[in-house]
Amino acid sequence: MTTVSRREFLKVSSAVGGGLALQIGFPVASRAAHAAESAEVNAWVVIHPDDRVVVRIARSEMGQGSFTALAQLVAEELDCEWSKVSAEFASPNEHFRRNRVWGSMSTGGSQAIRTSQDYLRKAGATAREMLVAAAAAQWKVPPDQCTASAGTIVHGVTGRKLRYGQVASAAAKLTPPTDVRLRDPSAWKIAGKPVHRLDIPDKVRGKPVFGVDVALPGMLHASVAQCPVFGGKVNSVDGAAALTMRGVKKVVREDDFVAVVADNWWRANQALKQVKIEWDTGSNSQVDNQAIAAMLRDGLEAPNLPQARKIGDARAALASAAKVIEAEYQSPYLNHATMEPQTCTAWLKPEGFLEVWTSTQAAESSMTTAAEVSGLPLDKIEVHKMMLGGGFGRRGAPQDFVRQGVAIAKAMPGVPVKMMWSREEDMQHGYYRPASVVRIKAGLDVQGRLTAMHTTIACPSISSVFARNARMPGGIDGPAVRSFGDMPYTVPHQQVDYAQRNGHVPVGYWRAPGQQNAYYRESFIDELAAAAGKDPVEYRLAMLDPSDKNRRVLEAVAKAASWSTALPKGMYRGVAVADGFGSYTALVAELMLTPAGEVKVKRVVIAIDSGYVVNPDSCRAQAESNVVYGLGAVLYQQNNIKDGRIVESNFHDFKLPHIDEIPQVETVLVPSGGFWGGHGEAAILGLAPAVCNAIFAATGKRIRALPLSHQDLQPI
Amino acid sequence: MLTLNVNGRARSIDVEPEMPLLWVLRDELNLPGAKYGCGVGLCGACTVHIDGQPVRSCSLPVSEAVGRKVVTIEGLAAKGLHRVQQAWIEHEVPQCGYCQTGQIMAAAALLANNPHPTDADIDTAMTNLCRCGTYLRVRKAIHAAANDLSAASTGKA
Repeated sequence: MTTVSRREFLKVSSAVGGGLALQIGFPVASRAAHAAESAEVNAWVVIHPDDRVVVRIARSEMGQGSFTALAQLVAEELDCEWSKVSAEFASPNEHFRRNRVWGSMSTGGSQAIRTSQDYLRKAGATAREMLVAAAAAQWKVPPDQCTASAGTIVHGVTGRKLRYGQVASAAAKLTPPTDVRLRDPSAWKIAGKPVHRLDIPDKVRGKPVFGVDVALPGMLHASVAQCPVFGGKVNSVDGAAALTMRGVKKVVREDDFVAVVADNWWRANQALKQVKIEWDTGSNSQVDNQAIAAMLRDGLEAPNLPQARKIGDARAALASAAKVIEAEYQSPYLNHATMEPQTCTAWLKPEGFLEVWTSTQAAESSMTTAAEVSGLPLDKIEVHKMMLGGGFGRRGAPQDFVRQGVAIAKAMPGVPVKMMWSREEDMQHGYYRPASVVRIKAGLDVQGRLTAMHTTIACPSISSVFARNARMPGGIDGPAVRSFGDMPYTVPHQQVDYAQRNGHVPVGYWRAPGQQNAYYRESFIDELAAAAGKDPVEYRLAMLDPSDKNRRVLEAVAKAASWSTALPKGMYRGVAVADGFGSYTALVAELMLTPAGEVKVKRVVIAIDSGYVVNPDSCRAQAESNVVYGLGAVLYQQNNIKDGRIVESNFHDFKLPHIDEIPQVETVLVPSGGFWGGHGEAAILGLAPAVCNAIFAATGKRIRALPLSHQDLQPI
Repeated sequence: MLTLNVNGRARSIDVEPEMPLLWVLRDELNLPGAKYGCGVGLCGACTVHIDGQPVRSCSLPVSEAVGRKVVTIEGLAAKGLHRVQQAWIEHEVPQCGYCQTGQIMAAAALLANNPHPTDADIDTAMTNLCRCGTYLRVRKAIHAAANDLSAASTGKA
């Protein structure tokens, strides 16, 4: 027995629950979790005798909707009834034991669908053919005389019918076909439709689906304190006072954090405040915003930087340009601020098996992190994937929460402990969107056309934090040069230099990593259009190849937003176009200014070409999400550094937009087919520049640093 | 011992009177629907009803809930789903869903006090934070639930 089945888990939980109405709805998958009569046709498809279909989901669900959309793709090819479909997370333990049968479990980069759609659709189609073959064998007829549709196999000649549930067990014993034909998306019946999301009913009922909701027999709770200066260590701990407090079981001291374990999280957190911790803050306790800015600015001046792009001779072309325009742009650090703080429940069981429940974007990394910390082999570990209370990149590459959770479990052997950070801890110990500074020089000809562009980017490298330079060919960090290294505009002379300046603040993949560059680029292009006296849409279109999909979405958004029609007095608009994460997006933002100079964004129109659309409603929801997430960063979010630490601590000084600040969002889906793009991040790329370009239209002021709360804006 | 009325049931608990109601619900009574988001009453993920009014349970000492009717998301509908929950499903409001139990409790209290809220009423009442940005659908679902209510009261449901 290497995993705990749902049935066993339920039994244990309710036995110890002491009559409390324990609600167990945790997603747990393993073969044992299904009734013996159900049949695993293949790793992705389980069919019950009553025709219920369970689709295994390898990627994580953090609100983006792929828990449902991935099931749609499998169900489409399986050709079952959607009303009979449910989904469950694949077991990471079983995943490793079965030679990574479910492919990548990583959920980031808007990749859940686009990097798994081929093998998922094949899994559905393979299962369908096996079901057909099993029915044909039962009827003793050739399979090609049979068809499958909506969960039923029909023998065309005789009209005999069998339901999937009746032949699933027999189908599961067959050898899978190796060559299956996939349905053309134009014939989709389940995929491509706005079916209701499978995870929402439990979420509106308040069912315990999130990492912080785990409840286990005898479970204790932990709150954690880490050195406020990044990179610091614990010097000494005096937990005597805390240990006298009610419910406190243990003060756990690790190399770089302290945890208090108690019988209730509030008690643990109260007691943590009474623990006297002396930190060795290391060498970074003097670092502040100015020091970070100086570090980045030093990068702008550095000679012989690695080049992310070199086309033609930008330096020479700038020297001979009719006009040269130069600007510097910058952005601050930003926390992900997931609503659910970082959390991990871990239980080191007496028999040498470790169970972990956590909200993770990367279950395989959670497994290997748990193995490293516990010293146990992977087959002695299970990570139960919980629904994420937001991810946005925070819960992927950094598995700090699993590292801590398992370390605490080791200190409390035999006892399940649920570790959760306070909001303050979460705000001050993130993996922040990097602060960055860029300098852009553009050469224009006498008609104002862009002939040369030289961009220097000074930005910490996210890749170097997580992969130790392994993913940095030529010294170039992919996210750090986004939107410049792959700029679609046909500019004959381009050079993009990258100055890696890392600093001590941990950086990470914040929704659409590298998106600051889309803000810089599309704002700067707007500057050039203004300098040339050209319409911002026309100016961009003139630099986009006829076949470029960026052109298509730009034209689509201009049409949908009635770009060529004047706005009512007092309203202003800006435009931006950017591609990323496999998709092409263009945005128009419309706004007004209050007499006090406050920006009120009223309407955002977005056009997206993602090739295909699996669930149009989820795609629209992601566009709305990107607008709101991006708007907070434009309006007021910033993580300041002082004394080597993050200044902000909670939502009073790291504000999120409220309902009254949200613009109308209109999303135009223009899938052109032939490729698979993502929806989780692409639409955020153009938000900041579209808003800032609209502010320029309103005020004549170019916004070269965010957030806007630092700007003194007045209508013209 | 304190006695609370939670979702229509009397619940006896032995806790410090200053313990916030949220932690009594989550860690003592195993009602995890109300969520911790900020601990200081800013985000509203912990919203429950006390005597029908929306309250941030992270900032309310449990002693102040004694003698009053506490309703959590788990007890919002006597059976089945509350019309706000139904509207939330129909309009696909949640994304990650973490803040949504608080949003739903705030919306249900708003409609109980004001069956036909205007957009301005919604702006005032719905101060809950959502990091996924579901606000447009929150507004749409509240209006839809209000219309369901009026349809029901005129016998057209």
